[in-house]
Amino acid sequence: MSAPILEIENLSVRYRTPKGPAFAVDSIGFNLMPRERFGLVGESGSGKSTTVLALMRMIRPPGEIAAQHMRLDGRDILALSAEELRRTRFARMSLVPQGAMSSLNPVLTIGAQFADLFAAHAQKSDTTRIAKLLARVGLPAQVANRFPHELSGGMKQRVCIALAIALTPAVILADEPTSALDVVVQKQVLATLGRVQQEIGAAIILIGHDMALMAHFVDRIGVMYAGRLVETGPVRSVFAAPKHPYTKMLIGALPSLTARRAFQGIPGVPPSLTDRPPGCPFQTRCPAAQERCRIEAPALRAIGAAHETACHFAEAA
Amino acid sequence: MYLDYVIRRFSITLLVFVLAVSINFALPRLTPGDPVEQQLNQLISTSSGSIGDVKAIVESYRARFGLDQPVWRQYLDYWGMVLRLDLGFSLANYPERVGESIAAAMPWTLGLLGMATLLSFAVGTLMGGMLAWPRVPRWIGWFAAPFLVLSAIPYFLIGVVLLFVGAIVYRIFPAGGGFPFDMTPGFDAATILGIAWHATLPALSIILAQIGAWAIGMRGMIVSVLGEDYIMLAEAKGLSQRRIFLWYAVRNALLPQLTKLALTLGHLVSGAILVEVIFSYPGMGYRLYQAIQSKDFFVIQGIVLILSMSIALTMFILDLIYPLIDPRITNKRS
Amino acid sequence: MGPDLAKLFRGNAPLAAGLSILGLLALAALILPMLVDQSLAQVGAVAPRRPPSAMHWFGTDAQGRDVLTVMALAMPQTLKIGLVAGLISLTVGVTLGLIAGFMGGWIDAAIRTASDVMMTIPSVAILVLVAANVRSMTVDLMAVIVAGLSWMVATRAIRAQTLSVRERGYVQVARLSGLGGLRLVFIEVLPNLLPYIAASFVIAVGQAMLATIGLEALGLGPQTELTLGMTIFWAQFYGAIIRGMWWWWGPPIVALALIFVGLLLTSAGMDRVANKRLGGL
Repeated sequence: MSAPILEIENLSVRYRTPKGPAFAVDSIGFNLMPRERFGLVGESGSGKSTTVLALMRMIRPPGEIAAQHMRLDGRDILALSAEELRRTRFARMSLVPQGAMSSLNPVLTIGAQFADLFAAHAQKSDTTRIAKLLARVGLPAQVANRFPHELSGGMKQRVCIALAIALTPAVILADEPTSALDVVVQKQVLATLGRVQQEIGAAIILIGHDMALMAHFVDRIGVMYAGRLVETGPVRSVFAAPKHPYTKMLIGALPSLTARRAFQGIPGVPPSLTDRPPGCPFQTRCPAAQERCRIEAPALRAIGAAHETACHFAEAA
Repeated sequence: MYLDYVIRRFSITLLVFVLAVSINFALPRLTPGDPVEQQLNQLISTSSGSIGDVKAIVESYRARFGLDQPVWRQYLDYWGMVLRLDLGFSLANYPERVGESIAAAMPWTLGLLGMATLLSFAVGTLMGGMLAWPRVPRWIGWFAAPFLVLSAIPYFLIGVVLLFVGAIVYRIFPAGGGFPFDMTPGFDAATILGIAWHATLPALSIILAQIGAWAIGMRGMIVSVLGEDYIMLAEAKGLSQRRIFLWYAVRNALLPQLTKLALTLGHLVSGAILVEVIFSYPGMGYRLYQAIQSKDFFVIQGIVLILSMSIALTMFILDLIYPLIDPRITNKRS
Repeated sequence: MGPDLAKLFRGNAPLAAGLSILGLLALAALILPMLVDQSLAQVGAVAPRRPPSAMHWFGTDAQGRDVLTVMALAMPQTLKIGLVAGLISLTVGVTLGLIAGFMGGWIDAAIRTASDVMMTIPSVAILVLVAANVRSMTVDLMAVIVAGLSWMVATRAIRAQTLSVRERGYVQVARLSGLGGLRLVFIEVLPNLLPYIAASFVIAVGQAMLATIGLEALGLGPQTELTLGMTIFWAQFYGAIIRGMWWWWGPPIVALALIFVGLLLTSAGMDRVANKRLGGL
């Protein structure tokens, strides 16, 4: 087995608020192997999107990133200078944004938005190169001359995917790339994303809240709750034998593995990010919470082959 | 869609026109007493013998008001005169025609207002953009603060202070007029320089007050644009800060800023008129002031009519252009 | 209310500064007329064209009036025009805005067209026409004329807000429970619009004052009354700027500048309250 392309250790994102610091992401860590497909799931506000932004080092003040290390190709992203960081973005690690409908500059043509990407990375840009990229995501070459508002949502998302693979990065971060699309288009776009990811040999981190959609796409899955990674493991193993009560509830909320249905939600609300109680963050909603859960916060620990969870009572399950 | 929009804007412009002409027609008739008597009495008592041929004036008055005719007939006649651009004679400078008088004053106002607005729009928009940019040095904020304060103050008040400082205390600039009075205007460097010299203080009064207003508007626009997803993606793409600022933030904030130009046009013109009064600048504003002082009623009416019409027309044109330069607007406005 | 108000001002420097400036000016306008000898504002009461001295702190004007006394009497008049005109235009504007937003249909279309038309016509133009046709201008008449031409801003803002409030749940519920049109407006809609009404009022006062001093600068103001704008007009009329009599036109300009800056700061502060997203001035 080769070395991981991305190594994250103890990553936290903290926001300064008048009520004290709020941890949007709290000491998470994971590795990503080359060509691997890793999925991050959780409710909105669980810190998935913030994690992606932190990896791109795009947290804006008053937010702050801290990590033991956050290595891409063995180099710590946090140690890069502003210029190095700029050159790394999209060249080594790219992003397919969440709001594809609004992520393209409305006053520039699609072609111009490819051209400025190439220019920023000192690469030559020509119409054939752009046409080829558009073709790879199933779009005709004329799209380059169009303005974003002349394209459908699915087409815009494909443009975003084409942008993300334009510089053949080693890692693609896809932040709920299909959330704004209707179900049929969702499936097609995700298939396109998977195909081009394999073609260029990139690893991918897919963010989502649709467990079923996720299960069909990724190799390995991580479950986030209140800014923490509470369970991670091979997708089969996690679905077959979920260890964390939260993961169980997420999977239990699905009628079956094959029926595609968005996660419906489970009773209760996540704890406030500023005023967190001691112990396990899930204690308030956990059906199996005990005295120990209110005192001691569980750490992520190995529970099976490549399967880890952060629950004191994982073995009991 | 665009056609509906054009029709709506056009009907508003037309309404403005009808309204302006009707008010011009109605107001003198609403004042009690015979307008001819009244105007003439006022005129004779206030001006000292410079009235010219009184008899000719009385006749032009009678013809103009057509008071022996029914009101609807008078109204139609009035429209006829307006459409023929026949605005009557100046009472104070008879037999000068009002149209000629306005035509002579118009270029001065257009030049002054145009230059001042263009300059302050450029400087103010840039300043507002920089104020909103998160990575801008602190001193720009301090530099901009006085302009933001000045933007609250009416142009002509700033003009009074500038006139005093620039032309009286330090005799750098002329205290009034549009060009050196001992000069015969021609199309040469001396004339242009002389005109520019005289326009500096009046223009500066407008510019100083406008910069802050544009800056505040642009700052607000950029702040809202910075929250957009396309700015985030641009940053993720590794574009340079410069590129993001100019082509993503400024470019998108500029178009709404341009619409504001159309909306504030009336305000700009009113402000410029008063500045002209302070500097005795030979434009429409100073002409209006003179007409008011000498109760030269037809000139007042004519200037008001022309001003309303040109503002309405300019707004209409700007409204037409706007959807053409913003690729988004045609679908959004419907 | 008390602690809420304190909270409103803390961290909102523009609002606090703006209201303080306006408050101090209003206080001065109330107290100063009682402290000065009003006869000094009569034409020929004192030796003309004297620079500031111990006797006449702000000097005297070309017509032999004490400038400080003139200022003390002009301030309340100018503020009065602004407030009265602001109130009238706000009342008209809010009423039309509520009607337009709530009734919808052709009534809305008519009001919207009227306000679009009025916004297109430069208000100074109409003001000039009206003022030129009025035999003798007074402070009160001035306020009414100015108000008649500045109601559109309030109408637009209130109409837009009414439309959005109307769609909110509690209004829908009140509607379904049979609350009639007018009562619905006063009980459910109006209270929610208060911040916008306050903001519109500040803007209306500012516009009214701007139009007022514009008319005055053109010589169409109240000739026999003392206002800040008329003081500047007379100073300009008698060539005080060219003659370097800064003590004559200086004080009214400073006073007006303070009023306008106060209004700008207040309205910027109110914007901040209404729209938290846009921090700072």
